[in-house]
This record gives sequence, structure tokens and C-alpha cells, in this order.
Amino acid sequence: MFTLLLILLPIVAGLAMLMLPQQQAKQIALIAALATLGVTVATYFQFDPKAGTQFVTDVPWINMLGVRFHIGIDGISMVMLILSNILAPLIILSSFKDNYNNARLFYGLMLVMQGAMNGVFVSMDMFLYYIFWELALIPAYFLVLWWGKGETSKITFKFFIYTLFGSLFMLVAIIWLSLQGATNSTDISSVYALQIPAETQLYIFLAFMLAYAIKIPVFPFHTWQPDTYTFSPSPATMLLSGVMLKMGLYSVIRWILPVVPDAVNEYGKIIMVLAAVGVFYASAIAWVQKDLKRLFAYSSIAHVGLITAGILTVSEMGLQGSMVQMMAHGINVVGLFYVCQILYRKFNSHDINAFGGLRLNAPLFAGLYLVIMLASVALPLTNAFPGEFMLLNSVYAVNPWICLFAGSGVILGAVYMFTSYQKVMLGELNNKTNSFTEIDSLDKWVLIPIVILIFVFGLYPSFITNISEDAVKGIIQIYQTKIGVSI
Amino acid sequence: MSQNTLNIITLLIPALPLLGFFIHIFFKNKISEKLAGIHASMWVALSFVLSLVLFNQLQSVEVIHVQLCNWFSVGGLTIPFAFQIDHLSIIMMMVITGVGSLIHVYSIGYMHGDEGFNRFFSYLNLFIFFMLTLVMANNYILMFVGWEGVGLCSYLLIGFWYKNQEYNKAANKAFIMNRIGDLAMLFGLFLLFQYAGTLTFDGVNESVSRIVPDENMLTAITILLFIGACGKSAQLPLYTWLPDAMAGPTPVSALIHAATMVTAGIYMIVRSNLLFSLAPFTLEIIMVVGIVTAIFAGSIALKQNDIKKVLAYSTVSQLGLMFFAIGVGAYEAAMFHLITHAFFKALLFLSAGSVIHGLGGEQDIRKMGGLDKRMKITHWVFGFGVLAIMAVPPFSGFFSKDSILIAAYHISPVLWVIGLFAGLLTVYYMMRVYAVVFRGDERMSAEVSKHIHESPRVITTPLIVLTVLAIFGGLLNIPHLFGGNKMMMHYLSPVVPMDEKHMAMNTEIMLMIIASVAIFLTIYFAHLKYKIKKTVPEADAQITGFGKVLNHKYYIDELYNAIVVKPLNMFGNFLYKIIDLQVIDGFVNGTARFSAYCSSQLKNIQTGAVSFYLFAMALGMVGILLLIILM
Repeated sequence: MFTLLLILLPIVAGLAMLMLPQQQAKQIALIAALATLGVTVATYFQFDPKAGTQFVTDVPWINMLGVRFHIGIDGISMVMLILSNILAPLIILSSFKDNYNNARLFYGLMLVMQGAMNGVFVSMDMFLYYIFWELALIPAYFLVLWWGKGETSKITFKFFIYTLFGSLFMLVAIIWLSLQGATNSTDISSVYALQIPAETQLYIFLAFMLAYAIKIPVFPFHTWQPDTYTFSPSPATMLLSGVMLKMGLYSVIRWILPVVPDAVNEYGKIIMVLAAVGVFYASAIAWVQKDLKRLFAYSSIAHVGLITAGILTVSEMGLQGSMVQMMAHGINVVGLFYVCQILYRKFNSHDINAFGGLRLNAPLFAGLYLVIMLASVALPLTNAFPGEFMLLNSVYAVNPWICLFAGSGVILGAVYMFTSYQKVMLGELNNKTNSFTEIDSLDKWVLIPIVILIFVFGLYPSFITNISEDAVKGIIQIYQTKIGVSI
Repeated sequence: MSQNTLNIITLLIPALPLLGFFIHIFFKNKISEKLAGIHASMWVALSFVLSLVLFNQLQSVEVIHVQLCNWFSVGGLTIPFAFQIDHLSIIMMMVITGVGSLIHVYSIGYMHGDEGFNRFFSYLNLFIFFMLTLVMANNYILMFVGWEGVGLCSYLLIGFWYKNQEYNKAANKAFIMNRIGDLAMLFGLFLLFQYAGTLTFDGVNESVSRIVPDENMLTAITILLFIGACGKSAQLPLYTWLPDAMAGPTPVSALIHAATMVTAGIYMIVRSNLLFSLAPFTLEIIMVVGIVTAIFAGSIALKQNDIKKVLAYSTVSQLGLMFFAIGVGAYEAAMFHLITHAFFKALLFLSAGSVIHGLGGEQDIRKMGGLDKRMKITHWVFGFGVLAIMAVPPFSGFFSKDSILIAAYHISPVLWVIGLFAGLLTVYYMMRVYAVVFRGDERMSAEVSKHIHESPRVITTPLIVLTVLAIFGGLLNIPHLFGGNKMMMHYLSPVVPMDEKHMAMNTEIMLMIIASVAIFLTIYFAHLKYKIKKTVPEADAQITGFGKVLNHKYYIDELYNAIVVKPLNMFGNFLYKIIDLQVIDGFVNGTARFSAYCSSQLKNIQTGAVSFYLFAMALGMVGILLLIILM
């Protein structure tokens, strides 16, 4: 029941919003998101990491196609749900000071998106999963289109078409997979049980990987991302980068590794190389950005590149690292984009060179931004360090040279983060920035929980790895058995 | 003492400075300047006292293990939050908290009236916490926590006066250059994990002595670790951040950039001596890098005119000597020099700080002179510091440098000569600084001269304590020659296996005499030039020839800028503007445009003329028929 609730609560609340008054839209959305978080916490307390997939609802749905409404939560899903539902209320809270036109639609769409993303993380039927996957895209599209800045129609069109383009290949692959078993089925158990000939696996792998590589995004499929992140309204940027891109990473673990292991074994390294090169590529580009939000957008490409590379090692170290790092990246990126938003509210700009000296007027803001930045460069004791350590370690075990590219972010991350921090926060005030004031209590309510989460997961990453350990080992076991079988 | 009490004491040692940090953070507006300075110093002093207690306990037990909990555990790698106090750690702990508390007290006077006074002490407390974590950790990853943590504090303190963007740049540079080393170190740890299957010190040592050594693997591991040490301990080619780090307040230069943090690289290698001893090739590299750095940095120091810059290059040079000692296999000599250096270099920096304080912020030695009568205590303590660093017998530096040179002689007499030469450079530039600052005529403006004053007691007292240490620090490890028994070497033997090479006593005495004569001769020449002839270093514009190259630090910063920073930045721009925006995105947009073009062309077929459709249909049918016939 919990599982169903996690999907329906935000979606129903989101739709109901449309009938409620505009003025209270924010508050209602926040309550709905907090309620969902509450359900997540309750789920977590009843969740047993050793007991496989739990809280299952499994009923026939479209009999003709063999599709079932099959949802459930295993360790990997649990981590993703915690991530998604911790961030949603924070993101909604972060928008409290901004007045978006037609607020009930705005927040309604956000809630529907949250519900759909939860659906992606708990679907145990590929067709159902696909529906949620696309369902999450639609609100995202409208959020960017209607509330974004700049040439939104062009940017969102590209974002929409590009990601949709990728998913269509995935749909074809799903249909193909459903026809392979003795009876038509897209259920996880039948898909996992398929023994697909090694040659055919390549096509399935490519079809899935294209969809995920665009969504994550992996270099060189990333060009929709910087524009979309930069011009989206802040909460949408946070949802896209904090949660939505994790749908791609999660799906690689859930639907690629156990389904087409031979192809991963054979060609996964190519993606790993692309992802690792992408770390260097995006970091080098982030360094020369003049727009802070765009800088963070490129830095996000670098960070998820490392996660992708780690996942494709198909090792316990790599997969567990990816779980820890997905959580860390989600939290940190929301923090960073909120910093952008605070600056934008005041100056209507993200131009790095226009700022300076803000620390003088806002020491607390400077301190919180500093911690988030340190987390973003994976300083030990912050949340990103254990994950980065595991991911790099796993990639290093595969190939030190790939790891050199993937590790270049350790250095370049410090370069672009510290130089931009210096330009924005340090130095003397100028006549534009001297009116900047210390953040108020609402900002604190967003940033301080983020900082607390940074240290909680930095000191206690086992919280995540304990949840996901068995599920991750299960995936690896299927993978290895299958490779062994077909050899 | 019961195990429980020991555990609590052990945990309190790093916890107290951390507590101090949190008090500053949470009550920063409620604490007066006076209270802030006192309580910050008090936590560190308490840690020092507790370290002494542990030191005393370590006479009976060899190691104290304290395990808090597991940090993370994945894929066969378990990293605990656990401490391990052995003879090596406790020495470092006493140096850190001992010198650390003196510098805290000193800072109360030095930072008096600074608007960031409380913030300064919070960073210092945090630094002590991370530095203690570094030396108390029982595994490489927890050590790395301290390692990066002290890097963070170093960043915060170099850029302490953050209104000045030059200082901020220096802070960034320090952090980034350290990160280069840190990446190499991480790779070394990954490899070490592959090799040993664990990353606790005990586990690694146990595996290494069990497994048949794979020399290539060990060489790779140790070289990567050493690159990490090069970043932290400012060795070639990653040293350029340290002279810039002098942008921080002087107590920071003394504590972080001379006495403690920069020696972390030495500590890490001594801690891993089992690994390094199995990789002779790496040791040779360390030896070469160490001695080249020592001479290189020493030569730059000859022509610097900023008193802190001279001391900074001197630090790089002395650290080079420590690596040289490691390279010739004399780990205990490196540790010995690390300790004496902590005493006399902290003393030199702090007394330089006293001078700067007295002259209202002046750092250019050309605008000083004749201070011996105006700042008597500072003059005396600086003088003793100079004697110690010059290795004049019987001051502390003499014994530690001598033990390095003797160890070098065991490998080859040539190394002894080169090592001595590096030492003579030190003698020369230190004499130069001493004479130009304290002797000769006053060269400061009348306005500055009027305000010259000896520093207050809160500053001079720590100086006097450090002077005592700088004078007598050599007693820690008196060689047999003088009837000593190499106390420190024996003390460290559980961590660093004793490898005492015997040398004919006559040879040892000979070497010592030759070295001392060379030192005195160099002192004489420097004395002649800077004291008797009262030579004042020329203005920057007048420096010519090789002196100019030295004054410009061999143009290394310019070189790095030209071959690394600028090209990388341009490459970033190229990737962004050409590859990303035009090539990749161009391709994506091109695909979209292409399909739009195709559809716009295809729609022309829909002419609406029925005759055309009929014609097309007939053509199609013929085609299909043909296909059937031909198949």
C-alpha cells in the first residue's frame, strides 16, 4: 500500500491543486510533499533491506499485452525514493519567495512530476515503468516552457524532442523484449529471466542506453542540458537535476545491467570512456563559464559522468558508490541552484563577474555556500566524498587511464568552484553588491537542512549502503551468472 | 590507567579543539575577543597536556587502539573511524599541540584588534583538529580526511583577509595544487587497496610482509603516494603555492606552513616506511626530488627581500632535506629534522611576525635594519633561531642536519657534499636576513621608526619558550659520538625498524669537523658582506644577471601559467565555443533541421492532383509485380 501511496499521493494532490485557490497553492503543495516524505519515512522504518522487493502491489492490467500493474520497493528503489521525497519539499520550500503566475498549475505540475518519478523508481513492470518515465517528462516540459526565461519555446522543444527521441527507441526495445518470453510479459521477473542472444543484446543495449544517455546526460548527448537548466525556473532546474536525471542512472542499474549483460560486458566500456571523458570535458567548460547557473549545469554533467562510469564497472564498489553519490549529488545540486536563486532574486543575474564581496554583508550565506561548495568538490566528511572515493576506486580497478579522466574532476572541480566562489563572495563590495543583505529565515530553512544532510550522509554513508547492499548484490549476481552462462 | 580512561583521553585530544571550533561557530557574536583567544588556546593546551599523559602511558604499552565505529564498508573495503596512537603518532601529537598552543597564545597578541579575531581562532582550532586526525588515524582514508581537512583550513587562513583578491588567489592556488597531489594520492590508495586488500596501517603492513613483494606494483603505489606528499609538503614541481601562502597572517605561516601541515607528507611516508623500503626506485626519486628542491628553493631564498618569503623558501628547502633523508633511508633522521625544524622555523616565523608587528606591517627587509637595539628580545630569539637553522653546534639544527648528512654519506660521499651544499645555502641567506634586518643602519621612514616597539609579553613569552626548544631540541637524538644513545631513533623503532649503520668514529668526527668549518666559513663571508660592509640588497630594478632569475624565482610561476593554466583555459574555451556549441550541438540541431527539411520536401508530393496519385500507384504496382517475378 505504501508504494501505491507514494505514487498517488503527489499525483492526486497535484491534480486536486487545480481546483484549489491560487493563494494557498505553495502551502498546500508543501504539505503534500511533506506528507509524501512522511510516507517515505514510514516505509523506510518498515523496510527490511534483507527481504528483497517489498510493499508489492501486483495486479493484471492490460492482459492482451501481458502488462501488469506491478510495483514494489527493493533496496535500490528505497534509496531513490528517499532522495526524491527529501528533495521535493525542500524544492517547494525554496520557491516560497517567488511568485509564479498561475501558482496552482505550477505546483500541481511539480507534484505530478514527483509522483511520476516515484512511479519510475518502484515500477516492476517495464511497460508501467515506461508510462511513468514519459509521464514525468510532460510536467517538466510545461514547467520549463511556461515559467522559464529566455527563448523557452526553442529550448524546451529541444529538451522535449531530444529526450522523447531517446525514449522511443526504449519503447521499441521494451516491446521487443515483451515478445521474447513464452507468454507476452513485461514483468521484471520475465524480463530478467530472458536469455537474449549476445548479438541481439547490442541493439537492446543501444536502444536503452540512448534514452538514458540523453536523460542523464552523458557526453556527447548533453547539449540540451545547459540551456534547459539555465533558463528553467529554479524549482524546475532543481527537480530536473536533483531527481529526474537520476531516473536515467537508476534505469541503467535496473534495466540494462541485468537484461543485456553481455552487451554491457562487451560495449559498456565505450560508454564508460564517454562518461569519463565527459567529466574532463564538462569540467573544462565549467571553468570558462561566466554564468553561475550554467557553470553549475556543466559541473553537474561532470558529476553524473563519474556516476555513470562507476555503474558500468558493474562492481559492488561502483554500484554502491553510485547510490551514495546519487543522493549526494541530488542534495548538493539543489543547494547550489538555490544559491543561484538567492543571487538572482537580488540582482536578476547570474553573471559571476558582476558580484563580489558578498561575504562582507552575508557571512552566514557565505558559510553555507562554502559548505555546499566543499561538498560539491567532495571534501572528506561531506556527503560526496565516500561516493566519489568508491566510484573512482571502481573505475580505477577497471582501467587507470579511464580513471585519470574521471578523476580530473577532483582537480578541475576545485578550480571552477573556488574561482567562482572567490569572484562572487570574496573581495570588496561594488556599488551593485553593497545592497546585498544576509539571508532571511526562509533561506535558512532551505540551506541549513541541506548542510545538515551534507554532514549526515558524509559521516554516515552506511545509511545508504546498508539499504541498497542486498539489492545491488542481487543485480550483480544476475549479471555475473548471465555472463557466465553465455560464455 | 584503565583501558577506558585511555580511550577517553585519546578521543578528547582531537575532540577538544573541535569543541572550540563549534563554540566559535555557534556563539561567535556572544564571545568577546579576550575570551575567544583564551578559550581557543586553552583547548589546544589541554590537548597538549593529555598528549603528555598518553606519552607517559606509552612507556608501558606500545600502541593504543581506539575504535569508534565504521565509516563505510563496501566491496571488501572497511573504513573505520579509528585511532591508533603509537610512538610516531604521539611525537607528532606533542609537536602539533605543543607548538600549536604556543602559536595560539602568540596570536592573541598578534591578531589583537583584527575584526576577524574570533573567526581566526575558530579556523586555528579546526586546523588542530584535522591535523590531529591526520596523525592519529589508523587507516589511510581517515588520514586523508585530516589531509584534506588541513588543506581546507590552510585555504581559509591564507585567504583570511578575504577582501584582498590577491590573497584569495593565493588561497585558491594552495588548495588546487594540493588537489593535484591528492588525486595522485587517491590513485595510490586505490592501487594499495588492490595490492594489500585493506587500507588500515596494520593491515597493510601485515599484508606487505606476507605477500611476495611485487616491485613494480610497490613502485607505482609509492610514487603516487609521494606525489601526494609533494603537493602537501611543497616539493618540486608542486611547491609554488607555499611562498604565495605567506599571504596569510604570520602565526598561520608559522603553524601551518612551517611547523605542522607541510610536514604531513614526511609523516605519511614515514608511516608507510615498510612500503617505501620495498621500492628502492621510489626512494631514489624521493632522494633526487628532495635534494634538488632543497638547493633550488635555497637558491631562490638568496635573493628574496620579503622576510616571510625568505623563510617560506627556506621551509621548502628544509622540507627538501627531510625528503632527502627519507630517500637515503634515514626515516628517523627525517623525523628528527622535522621536529627541530618545527621548533626553530616556528620561532623564526613568529619572531619575524614580531618584527612585522613592531614595524606596523612592513615585510621588506630593505626597509628594516638596526633593530637589535629597538627590539631586544625579538633580536635575541631570532638570533638563536638563525643559529639553530644554520646547524651551528650545539644548537638543535646541528644534530638533525648532521644525522641526515651522515646517512647520506653511507650511500655515497658525493651525496654528503651535495647535502652540505644545500645546508650552506641556508647559512648564507639566513645570515643575510639576520644582518640586514637587525644590524646596520635603520632604513625605515621616520614615521615608522617612531613607532617601533618591542612586542608585548603575550608575544614574547611563546618566543622564549620556542627559543629554549630550538636550542636544546637536539638533545632528543644525541649520537653515540657525544655519548648519547640516539634516544629518538630507539623510541621510533617499533614503527621505523632500526637500521643503524656503523661508521668509524674517526670518519664521523672528520665529517662533522669539515661540515662545521664550512658552515663557519660561510657565516664569515656572509658576515663580511652584510654586517661589516653593511650591504643592503639592491632595488628590484637594479638586479641583473642570475640574481634577477633568482629574484624572479626562476620564473616558475610564469612558466606554469604559460604551459598549464593558460593552455587549459584556452582549451576549455575551445571545447565550449567550438566543440560544444558548434560541433556537437550543431550536429543535434542539424539533425532536427534535416528532418524538418525532409518533411518539407516530402510534403511537396502531396500535390492534391489525382492524376499524379494514380500515376504513382500504377508505378508502384508495376514495381511490386517486377519484384515478384524476379524473386
